[in-house]
Amino acid sequence: MTATTPGFELDPRALRHLADAQVNVELDTGDMVLNIGPQHPATHGTLRLVVRLDGERVVAADPVIGYMHRGYEKLTEFRTYPQVTTLINRIDWLSSFANEVPFIWAAELLMDIEAPPRATWIRTILTELSRIATIYLFLGEMGLQVGALTPAFWAFRDRELVLNLIEAATGGRFHPNFNRIGGLKDDLPWGWIAECRRAMRRILDGCDDFEDVLVGNEIFEARTRGVGIIPAELGAAYGVSGANLRASGVDWDLRRDGRPYLAYPELDFKVWTHPDGDSFARYWVRLQETREAARMVLQLLDGLPGGPIMAKVPRIIKVPEGECWVETENPLGQMGYYVVSKGATGPFRVKIRSASFSNVSILPWLLRGVYVPDVVTILASLYFILGDIDR
Amino acid sequence: MPEEAAETVPAAGAGGAPALDERAAAVVERLRDRLGDGVIETGSACGSPVVRVRRDAWRRAAEVAKEELACDFLSFISGIDWQPAPRPEGEDGGDTSAPVQPAEMTFGAAGSAGRFQVFAHVESTTRHHGVTLKVDVDDAEMRVPSWVPVYGGADWHERECWEMFGIVFDGHPSLRHLYLPAEFEGHPLRKDFPLLAREVKPWPGLVDVEPMPGEAAGPGEAAGGAEEAGS
Amino acid sequence: MSLAVEVPWGLILALKTLVVLAVIPLGALILGYVFLLKMMSHMQSRLGPMDPGGYHGWFQLIGDGIKFLQKEDVMPDGADRRVFAMAPLVVVMSTFLVFAVIPAGPRLVVAELDVGIFYALAVSSLSVVGILMAGWASANKFALLGGLRAAGQLIAYELPLILGVVGVVIQAGTLDLQGIVLAQRDGEIFGWGGIGNPFILTQIVGFALFLVAAQAELTQTPFDMPVAESELVSGYMVEYTGFRFLFFFIGEFGTAFAFAALASTLFLGGWAIPGVDGTAADVLGPVVLLIKVMAVSFLIFWVRFTYPRLREDQLQAMAWKVLIPIALANIVVTGVLKVAF
Repeated sequence: MTATTPGFELDPRALRHLADAQVNVELDTGDMVLNIGPQHPATHGTLRLVVRLDGERVVAADPVIGYMHRGYEKLTEFRTYPQVTTLINRIDWLSSFANEVPFIWAAELLMDIEAPPRATWIRTILTELSRIATIYLFLGEMGLQVGALTPAFWAFRDRELVLNLIEAATGGRFHPNFNRIGGLKDDLPWGWIAECRRAMRRILDGCDDFEDVLVGNEIFEARTRGVGIIPAELGAAYGVSGANLRASGVDWDLRRDGRPYLAYPELDFKVWTHPDGDSFARYWVRLQETREAARMVLQLLDGLPGGPIMAKVPRIIKVPEGECWVETENPLGQMGYYVVSKGATGPFRVKIRSASFSNVSILPWLLRGVYVPDVVTILASLYFILGDIDR
Repeated sequence: MPEEAAETVPAAGAGGAPALDERAAAVVERLRDRLGDGVIETGSACGSPVVRVRRDAWRRAAEVAKEELACDFLSFISGIDWQPAPRPEGEDGGDTSAPVQPAEMTFGAAGSAGRFQVFAHVESTTRHHGVTLKVDVDDAEMRVPSWVPVYGGADWHERECWEMFGIVFDGHPSLRHLYLPAEFEGHPLRKDFPLLAREVKPWPGLVDVEPMPGEAAGPGEAAGGAEEAGS
Repeated sequence: MSLAVEVPWGLILALKTLVVLAVIPLGALILGYVFLLKMMSHMQSRLGPMDPGGYHGWFQLIGDGIKFLQKEDVMPDGADRRVFAMAPLVVVMSTFLVFAVIPAGPRLVVAELDVGIFYALAVSSLSVVGILMAGWASANKFALLGGLRAAGQLIAYELPLILGVVGVVIQAGTLDLQGIVLAQRDGEIFGWGGIGNPFILTQIVGFALFLVAAQAELTQTPFDMPVAESELVSGYMVEYTGFRFLFFFIGEFGTAFAFAALASTLFLGGWAIPGVDGTAADVLGPVVLLIKVMAVSFLIFWVRFTYPRLREDQLQAMAWKVLIPIALANIVVTGVLKVAF
């Protein structure tokens, strides 16, 4: 209760008395204030939702964030560029590699360095692998949040294959820190490509399993269809991005529509959208995106070019003065970095635009009038990582 | 000051940042057309257009971006403090591990009139272009019109900006702490706000590093950063 | 109950009590081990506990039980202490009471009541009182929501549960569980009495209703909103630790065992083996019943591990708009056919 915020006065004792008084005067039901989180399984982390309930219906919801705020924007000002990647690894910790990519890209743009093709392709592969690792977990987690235990375990089982691949290539399961300005730390190990192909086929099978056990399930549909509808215009105004926005019918994917980056311009892939904008649509879009990502990895493996993995880079990284805005399509949505450099070894200011922050900022609007079980469905379907909200 | 910025930005451009392409230039032209003298200066952030507008045109700029440029997507709103962080002066006090930034105040793309700026990025989900808008904040007044009436999502971004920089957004429904506890004092992202963790205890990476020969003031940085004192 | 030796009634009573007290934790243990630890792990591609006890981790649940006994007994500050302490007992008691009337052989029944099935269903719903007590006394909002949900749900599903059984009662012509078993054993399928006439053949609708409603009574997925792990954390159980939680756990699996036994008795012929009678039936009866209980439990737990959970309003709609009309139609059809044949 430390972070009780002014403007939303919450004294549970006072409210209880108020409720009692109301019941005594007339048979009116008082609102109950319920704290969902910061230690609640549905918030997978330390998000706190203060909801005002009338029965089981939410009258108002106020997300309280910041329990995990680590002040990365401040810390980046005290780090050199190579050190910053260690920090930003931990923003969205499920897809750490994908976090590194835009920052390194920004530094490379400012320094006018271009990574060699092989490094670019391996980066693309690892980005897509981390996309799979992230979203695959969602595919199971969503089941867990609406009450189906089993898919969650399947998700963890198959994600292990992807994490093993990332570990084999980078040495780190969760926080690879594998990107260097101008390329990558290492090349892929022997046998990795064959192993990767096998894993991708397993992932594609696993997606079919999820489709069978959840998408085709009447109860799952009853719980998710029509729940938490985000209108496209409102979602965009709130900065909701990624699969959450594509599930509202917005056909926009930075891999295809943004400034060309990594090997995406050379890939053949489809951007999936769904017109409904509800929780089911978000699940469905992510399911298709996982499949698409697995197919992309297979494509990338087929066309992997040879050559060096590191461009010529000065030993001491000094980034010329300038500003750079880059954004990439990360598993959770759009991640952007606004890097301001003053020509030193470290950035002067880094604005981190993380996807979950904007995705979650729509919650007060989205949760009004829904039932408590739907709160959980909506939270799960928005799919946020606490580190990505709090930075 | 803007003259300085004008000198430095092309230098960065020569170092890699491409000039604005046609689409970005069209966006800037449109803004200039609609806002008139509301646009003070334009620049480029590695090819992404940056437009600095006058404070009284700040909300109008958002409206124009949203209505006429179809920039319906709010990417972020944040602030920037251009004043260099004070370097520790004592022999053994303070943090010496951070990269050394230039001591004089210089401004980035599109310049600035003072220490604080608010900048925001909006994008179009349909036309796939975007623009970064900047507005100067008067040091004494620290007020900027809010974007909440235009972009609903500006709510949290402005709350963050307010608590981190102390910039007040006029017209915001409830400026209250977002990340930090309600009783928190100070504005952490201002450059003069010390990173206390580094003040009370030196960066652990420093412990084993011998001072470089000829280096006077304390140990340099871990690894390669140590040589920066010489350059 | 006629034994060769005359035994004082007090001893018989003590024996019966002991049997019931032993059967329920044992049944809960078996279900917990076979389904929770082994089947669930298998379905979810997990190993499950394998070490304790040497062979496939058979000792795990007992170890868990010992662990629960050692744990600190936490009582929330604002709790209504006496009610809080009593609630798990009430829940477990209702489970114990159900077992009293379920026959495991021609003579193996604790209390042969003329209104057996009526009694069984009545005491099984006593557990809702315990759950409400737990939800209210915990002084926790999540627990309160869970308790209220449980009350609404259990009352709503009491009706289809009972109405689903009425068809059986009409066919058997008795409320006595032993009588229902005998009616199935002695029945014939178009003149062929090889397997008797288990009522599942004629009352398949009733069986389905009973299972769905039992699932809801057990607060198992897809009807587990009262405990809803991801929403209410653990609902009415959220504040319970140590042996009090263990009581709920035993109650949960014991009740599953009891409902499976009831379903086996009502629809699958209970302990009866056609052609086997007397002492042989007393020996084989419990084995046969156990096999059937395991089969029914398998269905219950299979659904539990596979399905997502419904929302509270969807659950109510399903009870009142779907299950109850079907049950009523089933009763009418059964009644008409009973008169016709």
